[in-house]
Amino acid sequence: MKYRDIAISVSDLNKYIKDKIDNDEYLNNILIKGEISNFKNHYTGHMYFTLKDENSLIKCIMFKSYATKLTFMPKDGMKVMILGSVSVFERDGVYQVYAKVMEEDGLGDLYTKYQELKNKLEEQGLFDEEHKMPIPVMPKVIGVLTSSTGSVIRDIINVSTRRNPNVYIRLFPVPVQGEGAAEKIAQGIEFMNRNKLADVLILARGGGSLEDLWPFNEEIVAHSIYNSEIPIISAVGHETDFTIADFVADLRAPTPSAAAELAVADTYELKRKIDTYQDRLRNSLIKKLELMKLRYEKCISSTALKDPLRKINDNYLKIDNYIKQLENIIKTKQEKEKTKYIELLAKLDTLSPLKTLYRGYSITEKNGKIIKSKDELKQGDTIDIRFVDGQRQAKVQ
Amino acid sequence: MKKSFEENIDDLEKIVSELESGDLNLDDSVSKFEEGIKISKECNKILEDAEKKITILLNEDGNIKEENFTTEEE
Repeated sequence: MKYRDIAISVSDLNKYIKDKIDNDEYLNNILIKGEISNFKNHYTGHMYFTLKDENSLIKCIMFKSYATKLTFMPKDGMKVMILGSVSVFERDGVYQVYAKVMEEDGLGDLYTKYQELKNKLEEQGLFDEEHKMPIPVMPKVIGVLTSSTGSVIRDIINVSTRRNPNVYIRLFPVPVQGEGAAEKIAQGIEFMNRNKLADVLILARGGGSLEDLWPFNEEIVAHSIYNSEIPIISAVGHETDFTIADFVADLRAPTPSAAAELAVADTYELKRKIDTYQDRLRNSLIKKLELMKLRYEKCISSTALKDPLRKINDNYLKIDNYIKQLENIIKTKQEKEKTKYIELLAKLDTLSPLKTLYRGYSITEKNGKIIKSKDELKQGDTIDIRFVDGQRQAKVQ
Repeated sequence: MKKSFEENIDDLEKIVSELESGDLNLDDSVSKFEEGIKISKECNKILEDAEKKITILLNEDGNIKEENFTTEEE
């Protein structure tokens, strides 16, 4: 007989184990106490988590139909009691707890510790917005505190070099979990500060349970972040994990890649921005010049400049008109004067003594004086008698 | 003192708005334009002057050394 013929397949083995467990009454209805960790609330509504104590753990699943009946949202670190059954997931060869009912069994120690420390530090002002520093736009050196192995540093380097091919990253390797990690992390932050080794620091680690993330909840780390003169971006755990380091940091990033995006400016984007500014400068100067050109051309084409002689000619016309007017006025005046003159002349003519003489009158003079009365003459006087055509002397009888 | 990249970009933004507002006379427009181009060239220089460097800081017997860092994949 060949061994191969009596060997069973994996599927058969898993089925056998499943049947054994499904037929166990105790395992069908069991009450378990433990601490939740690695809790995931899946989008389907099913909940996946691990239930553990100091020595071991077991995987659990709570289907949506049961999960919706919960009166609280389970969290890592919570101590709970679960009523459910144990069964086998044949495909993966794992056994797990199928939870039907869950109740809180007081808060997990670690979780309480976290809450207490968070409140204490918040009251001390370590989370204050006013104390947070802005992240520099163009840091010359990016300091990174994380493990030197693993995907975190790789992701940070990849994202950084993609955004800025000339980026300068200084990695200070630190343990990100376990005993003494908090002290090493704090020392790392202080070291980078003391020697001014970076313009911005990224503090990062991947996802994990509350215990895994615990160093980032320690007071010593919180204080070194708070006292850091270099701005710190914290990216600890997954998007939904919040550690005390995240609250104290100057900026929190949901993932290490996101932290790199926040720390490293995209130089291609900046180059484009600068080019756009140059275009805008050129365009507005061209516009200004064209505007000036238009104004200039408008002035040049105005009639005043096109036909400068026109004004002069117009004025000449005006002058001619005035002259004509003057001439008319003078003529009219002359006529008037002439008429007047002729009248006066006629008058003068009639008043002329010569005219009177012509009519037969004569002027009698004695010693040059005109005699107007007979009494002015006595017998024997010599008088001059002036006729129209001359004079004769006579003696008065 | 040489200006930081941020300060240069801020100045550049200001000059572009001033020029676009159209309130400047021709002489000022030309000089602002020249200043703007000068600053933008300075910004480009800052971006191009940098050199890629990925390093790891190692503590060897109290002395800190800086070495080139390569990830596991490289």
